[in-house]
Amino acid sequence: MTDIATYNFAYLDEQTKRMIRRAILKGIAIPGYQVPFASREMPMPYGWGTGGVQVTASIIGPDDVLKVIDQGADDTTNAVSIRAFFKKVANVAVTTDTASATIIQTRHRIPEHPLTAGQVLVYQVPIPEPLRFLEPRETETRKMHALEEYGLMHVKLYEDIAKHGRIATTYAYPVKVEGRYVMDPSPTPKFDNPKMHRSPALQLFGAGREKRIYAVPPFTDVVSLDFEDHPFEVQTFDQPCALCAAENVYLDEVILDDHGGHMFVCSDTDHCEKRRQEGHRGHLAPEIHLASEKMEPAR
Amino acid sequence: MTDEPLLRVSALSKFYGSRVGCDNVSFDLWPGEVLAVVGESGSGKTTLLNCLSTRLLPSSGTASYRMRDGQFRELYRMSEAERRFLMRTDWGFVHQNPADGLRMTVSAGANVGERLMAVGDRHYGKIRATAVDWLSRVEIEEDRIDDEPRAFSGGMRQRLQIARNLVTGPRLVFMDEPTGGLDVSVQARLLDLLRGLVTDLGLAAIVVTHDLAVARLLSQRMMVMKDGRVVESGLTDRVLDDPRAPYTQLLVSSILQV
Repeated sequence: MTDIATYNFAYLDEQTKRMIRRAILKGIAIPGYQVPFASREMPMPYGWGTGGVQVTASIIGPDDVLKVIDQGADDTTNAVSIRAFFKKVANVAVTTDTASATIIQTRHRIPEHPLTAGQVLVYQVPIPEPLRFLEPRETETRKMHALEEYGLMHVKLYEDIAKHGRIATTYAYPVKVEGRYVMDPSPTPKFDNPKMHRSPALQLFGAGREKRIYAVPPFTDVVSLDFEDHPFEVQTFDQPCALCAAENVYLDEVILDDHGGHMFVCSDTDHCEKRRQEGHRGHLAPEIHLASEKMEPAR
Repeated sequence: MTDEPLLRVSALSKFYGSRVGCDNVSFDLWPGEVLAVVGESGSGKTTLLNCLSTRLLPSSGTASYRMRDGQFRELYRMSEAERRFLMRTDWGFVHQNPADGLRMTVSAGANVGERLMAVGDRHYGKIRATAVDWLSRVEIEEDRIDDEPRAFSGGMRQRLQIARNLVTGPRLVFMDEPTGGLDVSVQARLLDLLRGLVTDLGLAAIVVTHDLAVARLLSQRMMVMKDGRVVESGLTDRVLDDPRAPYTQLLVSSILQV
């Protein structure tokens, strides 16, 4: 287990890390622009976060505290594995606490707890090109970005309204960064889009299979595209979290049985646990028994 | 009408290696004028059209276009951004195969609205109202607005392509065999529609066709091409009724009489 000496710090060799850092710096210099980089093979399949892992490996230092979330949760396979990976190859401290993490690698959520200056959010991106499903040619989409021809993006939103009566895109909702580049915020729910706007944290995006890195520097304008008569809106939920009673957070539906029973709970597990520790209770939260004599419920 | 041409073409040539695409073509096109370019396949008419619409860069020669501010601009010296902007605002290009000019996987309304959104229109209601208006002008029923062009007949697709091109009020439209592949009754209605639109909107157009009947119906002036060169040009009626070049005589006499 302690064969850490056989790996370079944070798995990648120093030359590769320099190459990726150059791409990151270029991405920060041109907010929203997709920088090509020489993505490496990682010890995990494409689609499992190879881009995010390479970005994290290139920026992480011995003093960093790493948090990894997958759909908001710290305890799913992907999150646990990546956390264990960096613990092993970089020997860094890991946490599930949003506030104390310096690097947060995420798959498809932005934590509910507001991010602060000095934190870095690393997104795992499957398809970095927001125009891809409308225009399959890479040569053409790069030209469209270069010439700022973004009419096509609105064609997609138009189609949504024509078909569904409203903009039905709920995730990977396109945004315009600093008034210039249209960017795919990775498949985060559009609920999280407003959190990107003028965020004090640095946001880095890595797409391993597609070999692209892009970035949103702190305090950068990130505006969701919309129509004047159909403005951008985030999802709303009818009920609070069933476990911690939080409102105005993003909820996951959890199936409870095979009779149609279900509940809505926070997708951000760290946020939910913190609230329960503070004593918030949702209507399906398990009873807590502070006094030891009440520990065993009658069966 | 002004006394200045809209487009000035001078000594335009395009070579594919040692092969000739088109050779030393010069002409002026005035606002509101429809020019037909006819000739057999391989005569260079599509090459000429692609060069004029800047889809191809010529080997030599110049073409100047009078912009809306009245200034002539050399087409091949413009930046790509300017050319593409011209292409989706002041120009239109009607392809022979509508699938080349339409987005087949988005609705008819979005096809018509795309150009409006490309120039910054951000009001769904207004875009949709304009799309409805243009669909009715090209005789497509309003209730087909949310259907994809895949569900349209060949004639409807071609009419949709025309609406998509004309929605930004262009001044110059390039057409490559606009009635190719359509049966005669559909062709006749399309030609009727095109003739009406061209007259109503005062469009200038360059129509490439091998069909002399289309040229006669649509155009005021025509150029006959053979092996990349213009062998004869003049008023359409004059060229068709009194062809002078031997090749034009052959072409005119080859029309099937029913």
